[in-house]
Amino acid sequence: MKRRAVLALGLLGIPWRGLAQANAHVSTTDPLVYALTKGKVVNAGRVRLELPKIADTGHSVPMTVRVDSPMTPASHVRGIHLIAERNPMRDMASFQLGSHSARAEVSSNIRLNGSQRVVAIAELSDGTFWSDATFIEVREAACTEDG
Amino acid sequence: MALSRIQLPAEARRGEAVEVRILVQHPMETGFRRDLEGRRVARNVLHSLACRYNGVEVFRATLSSGIAANPVLRFFFRAEKSGELEFWWLDDDEVEGGAKASLRVIA
Repeated sequence: MKRRAVLALGLLGIPWRGLAQANAHVSTTDPLVYALTKGKVVNAGRVRLELPKIADTGHSVPMTVRVDSPMTPASHVRGIHLIAERNPMRDMASFQLGSHSARAEVSSNIRLNGSQRVVAIAELSDGTFWSDATFIEVREAACTEDG
Repeated sequence: MALSRIQLPAEARRGEAVEVRILVQHPMETGFRRDLEGRRVARNVLHSLACRYNGVEVFRATLSSGIAANPVLRFFFRAEKSGELEFWWLDDDEVEGGAKASLRVIA
């Protein structure tokens, strides 16, 4: 009987781990993230951050963010924020969108100081936050030997 | 005023998502680089860019040194009637720039 109880606990544990990892790519206590979200939960999903897997140089890397949203006055994306975890300036860019944007999709070319994870956080009109993170290997960093 | 290039279709259907690309010629100087004599090159980043269509703001971007030199931005907007797309931007040297393009909306 005891063994069965332990097994049951283990089964219960799985969804808990799932919950804990749902938000694993964004730390809500990070000051930069906190400034955007004011401590709200950042959910994983609905956002797709597209970057190449490998870039020869970090000087100019094509980036596209897409958010799954109907972009109507009732439900749209208010903003998209890009964070590079190992750049000297971690907040790369913010884009303000609205229902008039028609499609929640923005592209640009970014600069990366070496291999790192890039995070995109989207703020929706209902006040929720969603995110995606992509790891990119950069062969030659864009900036600085001396920081 | 910085040179720029806007890519916009000449015409679009009413209510359709119109794709816009803009490239602005700008060094996006990070402030981390040194010149040949070892002096730091002052930061000069095009930090704000806004886009209006017929006077209504449809897109705004806040950029940092994490955006590549000669920044390219691509986004979408919905056009209900013909009009003018107007860009405005500002960099750290307080230099403003702008560009315009027009779009014809067919029914």
